[in-house]
Amino acid sequence: MSTPKIRRFYGHGIPRVNPEELGGKLIVVEGADGSGRSTQIAELVNWLETSGRPTVQVGLKRSTLVSAELEKAQQGNVLSRTTLSLFYATDFADQLENIIVPALKAGFIVLSDRYIYTLMARDLVRGMDEKWLKNLYGIAPVPDAVFYLSVEPEELVQRNLSKNATLDYWESGMDLGFSREVFDSFLKYQAAMQGAFKTMQKTYGFDIVDANRSANAVNKELRKKISSVLDTE
Amino acid sequence: MKSFAELNFPGRLIAVEGLDGSGKSTQIYLLKRWLEAEGIKVYFSEWNSSEIVKSATSKGKKRELLTPTTFSLIHATDFADRYERHLLPLLRAGYIVLCDRYVFTAFARDVTRGCPPDWVRGNYSFAARPDLTMFFKADLEVSLNRILEGRPKLKFFEAGMDLNLSKDPYESFRIFQGRILDQYLGMSQEFEFVTMDGNMNIEKQQVIVRKLVSERIDLKKFKRRSPLPLPPSLHIDRETTELEEDKAA
Repeated sequence: MSTPKIRRFYGHGIPRVNPEELGGKLIVVEGADGSGRSTQIAELVNWLETSGRPTVQVGLKRSTLVSAELEKAQQGNVLSRTTLSLFYATDFADQLENIIVPALKAGFIVLSDRYIYTLMARDLVRGMDEKWLKNLYGIAPVPDAVFYLSVEPEELVQRNLSKNATLDYWESGMDLGFSREVFDSFLKYQAAMQGAFKTMQKTYGFDIVDANRSANAVNKELRKKISSVLDTE
Repeated sequence: MKSFAELNFPGRLIAVEGLDGSGKSTQIYLLKRWLEAEGIKVYFSEWNSSEIVKSATSKGKKRELLTPTTFSLIHATDFADRYERHLLPLLRAGYIVLCDRYVFTAFARDVTRGCPPDWVRGNYSFAARPDLTMFFKADLEVSLNRILEGRPKLKFFEAGMDLNLSKDPYESFRIFQGRILDQYLGMSQEFEFVTMDGNMNIEKQQVIVRKLVSERIDLKKFKRRSPLPLPPSLHIDRETTELEEDKAA
């Protein structure tokens, strides 16, 4: 049994919140659409709750404050890059202060369906300044574990098409102008996103999980790793 | 932080800053009217006015949902939207852009609310420095009286009630405004504010404002070619319409 880490923020943190009060566990699952994130998280919640551990879930574009406005703006594709970036940061901050922080203080396990890394990766592939992003997301607490579900773009395209019969505009990075064809654009964009995640992995040290495998195999690995994080109490 | 002139923008940006009740909005409005009358390409932009972000901001304020962090970020989003979609293209097109409040409002308010100064400044670092920033400095009592005269209903965040300075909104407002003023004064030199005497009468202030603007900016370069030239296709359309109207008559 190793000693529990003392919680800290990536940067300046948030006013009136002492990171040391943030007990609980913050576990992040990252990955593209079609990487099996939702399935894995549902399984994990089920497993944690049946073993008597209180959990709370958060994710992108789920805040009370701006999720509706953000969705609307994205539909119309009317916002410029910095604006969209700050809008997502607002969405994140709202959930951070109203859900994540209170839950951690109360000793809950917070399962985050994507975190600042996806937001940063999206902006990095669009040429935004890394220093600017790091400062902006200095409000985020460092999680106890981050799993990146890695799936080859060719496999992602198959999973997305079999589920929705179409490829999402943003998940295909159509705004970047890689290709007019959504199929080609999707492959190029997802490859770029994987590249960004691999670069960030060096800084943030997250766990890359091979999610080309069956859902069961992935879940087994996640449970094993999460168990060892929870044991450090 | 470089100014738009230093970044070789053809346009120029003028900002006014100061407390509520310092008289800045009146002055920039009168400046706008003058520039328009002079035939200058001018655009006016107000703090917190982006169409897309507005509904989220007002929801947050009404329900008192905002923390210092989300308050700061939602205003940064609003500013970024106006900056990227209006200010930048207009400045590229050689406009004089007038801003009632600029990033310094966020620097002053958000830091007063407890946000780290470096974090706030970093978030706004995409914005260039105005070519002229006029800071309207009125005595705190003068500003307060202008706003509090008639005891209006102060809004929760406007009065800084989220800071727990006082249970009385009027008292809270006074303390909050005092702290914001200190923040403004602290950055005045760093960002080259030109301090205007907000206690002076309005007409006299406007004379000074106009003089300052014409000294700092070569206004004749920003004149609109008059009358506004129409693209060729529209000329033709107009002639055709007129002919058809003749026929109808």
